[in-house]
Amino acid sequence: MELTDIAIKSIYAIVVVSVLMGFCSYAVLAERKISSWIQGRVGPNRTTLPIIGSIPYVGRFLTRLGVFQPAADGLKFLFKEDVTPAHVNKLYFTLAPVLSLVPALTTVVVVPFGYFENAAGEVVNLVLADLNVAILFLFAISSLGVYGVVLAGWASNSKYPFLGGIRASAQMISYELAMGISVLPVFMWLNAPGTDGTLSLVDVVNAQGGALWNAMWMPGSFLIFVVCIFAETNRLPFDMAESETELVSGFHTEYSSFKFGLFFVGEYAHMLVGSAVVAVLFLGGWHPLPFMTWADFGVHGWLAGVLSVGTMIGKLCGFMFFFMWIRWTLPRFRYDQVMRIGWQMLLPLSIANLIVYTFVIYFLERP
Amino acid sequence: MTVTDFVPVLIQIALAAGLAGAILTGSVLFGQRGSKNKIKNYAYECGIKSDGKTSTRFSVKFYVTAMLFILFDIEVLFLIPWVLVYRDFVANSLPILGPILFFLGVLVVGLFYELKKGALEWEK
Repeated sequence: MELTDIAIKSIYAIVVVSVLMGFCSYAVLAERKISSWIQGRVGPNRTTLPIIGSIPYVGRFLTRLGVFQPAADGLKFLFKEDVTPAHVNKLYFTLAPVLSLVPALTTVVVVPFGYFENAAGEVVNLVLADLNVAILFLFAISSLGVYGVVLAGWASNSKYPFLGGIRASAQMISYELAMGISVLPVFMWLNAPGTDGTLSLVDVVNAQGGALWNAMWMPGSFLIFVVCIFAETNRLPFDMAESETELVSGFHTEYSSFKFGLFFVGEYAHMLVGSAVVAVLFLGGWHPLPFMTWADFGVHGWLAGVLSVGTMIGKLCGFMFFFMWIRWTLPRFRYDQVMRIGWQMLLPLSIANLIVYTFVIYFLERP
Repeated sequence: MTVTDFVPVLIQIALAAGLAGAILTGSVLFGQRGSKNKIKNYAYECGIKSDGKTSTRFSVKFYVTAMLFILFDIEVLFLIPWVLVYRDFVANSLPILGPILFFLGVLVVGLFYELKKGALEWEK
């Protein structure tokens, strides 16, 4: 690989990370606006910028919408005092937020988010690294996020963070099992006879083009995967890591300033990647409709690129909305219920689901 | 698929770690600095002086969960190569359904045993 190639890849990576960070900050705003909408409140509507905010109508509208709020939040994170209490283990205390952000930002490499056709008519997929072990890579890296949580809880040397950290780690590893088993039918069907084995996410999307989306004929896998995504990202109703009504704010009780901010950004980045993976695996990725691709609509060239990325972002935003909707709809499970759902319900269910599709594919494929 | 395909992964890890490091440094540089005092250094316990040992003992269930997780996670990993060749084997009438059902059967028996033993029962 030449140096120019590496430079180009680095530029792509910087673009993707900046877009992801932008999405994260606006996801926080969306969360606040949606929660206020669900609870019949107004939400953030005061923060404004000097010049843009004073444009008649538009500025007022944007201020009401809270568009400038993320900038204010970011600056506040930056300028607040970064307290490191004396009783913590300083090295791990500082390392923990980094460890929770890095896996979330790294998993995005294998997530495809569109395609375009170049001048020669070849299809170029928009993905940072089209690995043929993508789903394994995804599980491997995203499960490293548990270290951030458990280290934060342990290094804080304080009771609430410790409880939050240890609960969250047990929960996250438990739901990983059901999640891993629930996606197997998708890849079982993907690897048609006579092809090289692949676990690539790009191939999953391409296989869903002009065919049924996986969610439609594998509803069991889809449901189990979605529930596990909620548990993996520590979102309500599975937010054992924080459970702010019991543990103050769980594993990051002792954190302040941007160290807390990194956990926050990490959580939202994890949610965004999770939503993208659900869209890719089960909801047809960048294909607009089941049985239809953009090429069937006569869309080619750069327009296909814009529309495919747009479709993908639309599905992602829809799923993010679903995340937030659930958060303000369901109450939190008790801890023993969380573990029971994980081990005694989802795990047997996912194995049963796998066996069902083993037989279904056997009868479909039998010569 | 060659090693160079993984270069973007390395770039991304470096970028993410660099970003996190830069943000933390920025927060230290630009952040306000207040005076240190004893109260601020207490472990947070809702404003009351910290009581008892900070590192409490915790339930053995967490260890059991972690051990069982490792067992089952390895079994899930064993299933992945099977998934890659399953349709190919079935199309060529190679025996795969029986063996894999046996493997899954062992997995289910193990899980059933754990459940009956109450290894995964948590106090309500």
